[in-house]
Amino acid sequence: MPEFTPPQVQLAGVAPEITLLVSALILLIVDTLIGERPNRWFLPVMATAGLVLAGAFAASTWGDNELQLSGAIALDGFASFVKISLAVFGLLTVWVGRDYLVRDALEDSEFYALVLLAVAGMMLMAAAADLIIMFLALETFSIALYVLVAFKSGSLTSQESAMKYFLLGAFSSAFFLLGIALTYGAVGSTALYGGRDPVSEPGIASFLSTSPTANTGLLVLATGFLIIGLGFKIAAVPFHAWTPDAYQGAPSPITGFMAAGTKFAAFAAILRLFDATLFSLRAEWRPLVIAIAVATMIIGSVLAVVQDDIKRLLAYSSIAHAGFILTAVIAANDRGVSGALFYLATYGLAVLGAFAVVSVVSGQDEARVRLAGYKGLFFDHPALAVALTLFLLSLAGVPVTAGFFGKLVVFGAAVQASYSWVVAIGVITSAIAAFFYLKIMVRMYLEESEGESSPLPIGRLAAGVIAITAVATIGFGVVPGPLLRAAEDATMFFQPAPETGQAPLGG
Amino acid sequence: MTLSAYLPILLLIIISTIFAVASIFVSSKLAPSRWTFAKRLPYECGIVPEQSDERERFPVKFYLVAMLFIIFDIETVFLYPWAVVYQELAVFGLIEMVVFIVILLAAYVYVWRRGGLEWAE
Repeated sequence: MPEFTPPQVQLAGVAPEITLLVSALILLIVDTLIGERPNRWFLPVMATAGLVLAGAFAASTWGDNELQLSGAIALDGFASFVKISLAVFGLLTVWVGRDYLVRDALEDSEFYALVLLAVAGMMLMAAAADLIIMFLALETFSIALYVLVAFKSGSLTSQESAMKYFLLGAFSSAFFLLGIALTYGAVGSTALYGGRDPVSEPGIASFLSTSPTANTGLLVLATGFLIIGLGFKIAAVPFHAWTPDAYQGAPSPITGFMAAGTKFAAFAAILRLFDATLFSLRAEWRPLVIAIAVATMIIGSVLAVVQDDIKRLLAYSSIAHAGFILTAVIAANDRGVSGALFYLATYGLAVLGAFAVVSVVSGQDEARVRLAGYKGLFFDHPALAVALTLFLLSLAGVPVTAGFFGKLVVFGAAVQASYSWVVAIGVITSAIAAFFYLKIMVRMYLEESEGESSPLPIGRLAAGVIAITAVATIGFGVVPGPLLRAAEDATMFFQPAPETGQAPLGG
Repeated sequence: MTLSAYLPILLLIIISTIFAVASIFVSSKLAPSRWTFAKRLPYECGIVPEQSDERERFPVKFYLVAMLFIIFDIETVFLYPWAVVYQELAVFGLIEMVVFIVILLAAYVYVWRRGGLEWAE
């Protein structure tokens, strides 16, 4: 029998994920052992501790640039940037969620545990350097989210939307798996980069760089399936059909978390997969991504105009935003990657803030989600109205908000890659999008509220989240420099390709 | 990549389709069919068939038990091979198994405290 040599265990790359898993387990066990209590303040405290620790672990590896765990995990600035952002998104979700759950008498330890597990899956998605790990991460956060969408137990819309999300999510996973299988058939490996030695342990990137003459037909087909699988998760047209329903039925804090977190995780995978690993195949995948991006921008913006429910409206707006970010993927250059990171981080903060306002305004059992419910909000609750205005302006990309710089860098990257016509469509659809954001603002400022104004109980945590996201949205709009520089420093691990000359991304 | 390499797979698909269709057709022609009333009833378990309205709520405890079974079944699947190569894996294997079992133990405690093991309620 051959001598057993234990594999090298390097936990630095997955320390944040392990922290989150352990804290989720501890949280569940502690809650069940303590038993029924009227005020379970320790649940959000434990979730907060876990997320802060995970974020700290991710920050501590900033600047590292290596592959770990047999080439399955990339420990690089790109992953660190995404993980820190996701930890922040998770914190904001937990805090808004706490007030929401207490108000609707839904609080349970599972909510916090599932949010922690979802964040762990999203973090793993950003660090995955192997398609199998990527798939595991995708399933981890998707399954947690299916349950979270259905968390309003007793609400039929919540269960219906969870069912739709689950069925379409499972469907998209099948496409993603088929893409992985075809990739393995073409390359003989599911690793993105492969081991240290590109000859004995080839990955997809080293396969493409060492055998440029190889027939890549099968790999191109696989790429198409991978685009479909990930397109579902970022809610790109034509894979967007689940989005309005799932966003509408889910508890508002979870809707915000899905818009911010799922999008960030799936885009992190797309950027790593297409802009780094499959960079040399860009002539093949670009036309496909351009078609998806154009359709997503147009359909997302146009359909949002006719929505009457604020959650559905923001769902279509999130579809349109997926299209804007895809222009950075099309650019496939350094500015595109850092621009997408900046865009996703600031978009996530604005959309989490917007849904925090929505979950406060909607009131008990989310009865008030129609746009008509926002009439005269400024006169009844000026602070909420001003905060929501700020988030909507950022989503619309108005200067002095963070959203403006996001659009600027993303569109700038596409212009640099000479895709000006895609950017032109992006600018036109942004103008259409500004119309429906204005529609909400007109309701809030210029119209009288219907009926008597009911007092809105605003929890301290929710108020804090709205304040934090509002300050961040303005702050990164006025002083975008530090975050932009951090996004530029967040380079991806990449083995330079010797044959093709220049490597697309520093590493 | 030449398509001729996939010819065996294509042949296999064709042959298996023909085989499946042919066996159903042949058996429907050759097999004696003597239907009785009882044979035409939908299949149901138990001696006395359920006569009540089907659209009623029923406990999902069986699903819970099935899921618990899978959890501990998988534990056994990993424990047996580990027991065989326990000597070679030494400390590394021990740590891995302890981590694995602790996670399952957490699931067990959760299910137990949440009343998942109480059949009658």
